[in-house]
Amino acid sequence: MLDPTPNGQPSGESPLLRTIGLTKRYGDFLANDSIDIDIWPKEIHALLGENGAGKSTLVKAIYGLIQPSAGEIRWQGQPIALSGPSQARGRGIGMVFQHFSLFDNLTVAENVALGLDGRESFKDMSARLEQVSKTYGLPLDPRREVWQLSVGERQRIEIVRALMQDPKFLILDEPTAVLTPQEADQLFIVLERLKAEGRAILYISHKLDEVKRLCDTATILRGGKKIQTCNPRLETAASLARMMVGSEIKEVKAAAGRRATVPRLVVNDLSLAPAEAHGVRLEHISFELKGGEILGIAGVAGNGQDELFAALSGERLSNDPGTVVIEGIAAGHLSITQRRKLGAAFVPEERLGHGTAPRMKLSENALLTGHAASGMVHHGFIDTAATLKTVDRATETFDVRKAKRDPEAASLSGGNLQKFIVGREILRNPAVLVVSQPTWGVDAGAAAVIRQALLDLATAGAAVLVTSQDLDELAEIADRIAVMFHGRLSAPLATGEATREKLGLLMGGSSLETKEAAHAVGA
Amino acid sequence: MQLVLEKRAERSNTIAMVSPLIAIGLTIVTMVILFAILGKNPLLALHAYFIAPLTDGYSLQEIAVKATPLVMIAIGLSLCYLANAWNIGAEGQFLVGAVAGSWIAVKTQGTDAGAWVLPAMFVLAAAGGALYALIPAICKVKFGASEILTSLMLVYVADLFLDYLVRGPWRDPHGFNFPTTAEFDPVATVPLLIEGGRLHLGSIIALVVVAAAAILLGRTIKGFEIRVVGAAPRAARFGGFNADQLIILTFAVSGALAGLAGIIEVAGPVGHLQPGISPGYGFTAIIVAFLGRLNPLGILIAGLFLALTFIGGEQAQIAMKIPLDVTKVFQGILLFYVLACDSLILYRFKLVFPNRQVARGTA
Repeated sequence: MLDPTPNGQPSGESPLLRTIGLTKRYGDFLANDSIDIDIWPKEIHALLGENGAGKSTLVKAIYGLIQPSAGEIRWQGQPIALSGPSQARGRGIGMVFQHFSLFDNLTVAENVALGLDGRESFKDMSARLEQVSKTYGLPLDPRREVWQLSVGERQRIEIVRALMQDPKFLILDEPTAVLTPQEADQLFIVLERLKAEGRAILYISHKLDEVKRLCDTATILRGGKKIQTCNPRLETAASLARMMVGSEIKEVKAAAGRRATVPRLVVNDLSLAPAEAHGVRLEHISFELKGGEILGIAGVAGNGQDELFAALSGERLSNDPGTVVIEGIAAGHLSITQRRKLGAAFVPEERLGHGTAPRMKLSENALLTGHAASGMVHHGFIDTAATLKTVDRATETFDVRKAKRDPEAASLSGGNLQKFIVGREILRNPAVLVVSQPTWGVDAGAAAVIRQALLDLATAGAAVLVTSQDLDELAEIADRIAVMFHGRLSAPLATGEATREKLGLLMGGSSLETKEAAHAVGA
Repeated sequence: MQLVLEKRAERSNTIAMVSPLIAIGLTIVTMVILFAILGKNPLLALHAYFIAPLTDGYSLQEIAVKATPLVMIAIGLSLCYLANAWNIGAEGQFLVGAVAGSWIAVKTQGTDAGAWVLPAMFVLAAAGGALYALIPAICKVKFGASEILTSLMLVYVADLFLDYLVRGPWRDPHGFNFPTTAEFDPVATVPLLIEGGRLHLGSIIALVVVAAAAILLGRTIKGFEIRVVGAAPRAARFGGFNADQLIILTFAVSGALAGLAGIIEVAGPVGHLQPGISPGYGFTAIIVAFLGRLNPLGILIAGLFLALTFIGGEQAQIAMKIPLDVTKVFQGILLFYVLACDSLILYRFKLVFPNRQVARGTA
């Protein structure tokens, strides 16, 4: 028989989950090198580390998605082996992934039902879903189809789906990466409440301020090894970052002497009907972006940012050439290749499948956007040496870490692939760079590299448009910030004046004037 | 114990190379069982299928002759399939090409037309096949009609049209009412490579097509465009490549190649236009394309192998009274295994022993 308390401790005092010497080997590569971690009930435990530090491998092992090569996992004191996530769920381990696995054309309830074991009737399940979402302040209408929901709402589905299994232990992988400050605050309230109920939470994040604010314990991984377990409240963001990266993170610095020059990207009254049934209509968008300037576009995902990117890049064309002017040339009717030839470069939000072809090599992905204007094609024939040179230069300049010289895009970690994509575009010396979510789900080290690269590009005279949901990021690099809401773009605010409160109001659809007027009346 | 499919971090090039061989091995095992059920000696049957045709010069030439249309059609189809355009109607494009090319042969019959006749037949056949393939391609791009259905249905239209021509307007008046045109004139016939043999100029053309496709896919931006549109459509649009244009282009090219294969078959080994000029080349070429991993060199090898099954099937029928349809069964099973083995390129089998680990943990 199994001994439930191998350490001789009463079960109340043994960790809920403990890994002992947990090791995962892929060939010669140690993704996890003998990791010991203890998770206690009523604890929010942060798991910190750069991309490739082994965080995902560790949680996948705990959630039963992969089997460890050595070491063991103890659940309430008992050694367990999980052959799959359903076994983990059966024991009370839940997980909310960074990338949602939802079907757009199914309703909330149908999506939740697909993730459950299906022993209760659909009606009972829907009722329970509504009740769970109400109890935890995660409002969801079970009958709505997923495509109609914002990113924040989609995440709620994943969280509610996990909570419906009544987990004792919940793993969250970068949950705030896609949320507005207000949405993140709401999530923290939910997490505090789960903790108060006696559940344990393993919280994967790069945002050190969040971790300091929310978590009781932090375990830092680096290069597959555990570096330290500490109390994040007793650490500074800088000391945590140092443990993660192993060295000081460079502050992002704007070079002195950056100043706005001539207009390089001008958008005039751009309106565009959505291409897809679930899209957003762009309405009367106008702005002017000069060389040497970085304009930030904030907003909750799904308010027309994707549509604006498509209209600026030329993936969607406008009937009126004058709506998009690149380098003084009316380009609204020009294809993405023609716009690239005018000196524009684009970095979309999705790294895999949009920014790159996942199953193609990096050199081929360099060719994907470089064929237009980078001397990679002569008389229809590909210059393979030139494409490889771009890969090498991007690797060197932006510290892209990869297993071999020219691997498939999908084999790179998110941060390294993003560095490659941004590098690929910047190496073309663009006059205009339109970039969407430049550091989405990217670790602190890679994010700093990317932000610095954007600043340096602006310093060199390019016009840079950054769409981001990360307000800290925009505050750090943008000169002006505008907000997108329901397909409209607010007038840009100088970054110094763009407080979180003001931006939050614009992101929620209020206009600043009426709100200030209301304040005036109230006062 | 549990057998699971685990996703590989990167596609396995080794498996990509050997997966067709695994598929062939599994097919042969299945065929052995099938022969045994039919009451035939499996070893003798396999010998008749795969060894006997390789032992005499006539059969070897015949293999090359049969492989010629298979390879030409499969190269065209591979371009479509790489670009995610599903042309299933190569059989119809083959027949229309044969008809279009034969038109010149029939019209110049018995005249003193010169050496221009055969090249003109080739051009017209390629144009006919391409135009016929453009029907499903345009329906797909303009109306979103499934090209799989439309291209397949057009096969039967082409088949019946050919039937009408050889029974009606183009029938040989001295042909004892057989549904066939008169034998083509020498200027309308594909020249033989070996006097008195079977090997003809078409095989050289097929080799040129293979080489051209290898260069197109491996070295040119157009080939890259075809691959990226199929592999990652959204990334392709971001790269500035137009998927609709590519559907039109790949269908046209594959239709032209099928049409060219059609006229080479009619003006070569057959010698006149008649129903039944194709033992299903257009469909077998689909198997060739996939067995050859949509790679030109692979398609050349796969084409020769499938041609071997045609010849071997005939020999097995003569020698062992094994029905000719067994060849089709063989080809079908082969396609099934090829597609199944392809999943091993991106996934690997893994045995999981959940209970054993628990036992070790508690020990």
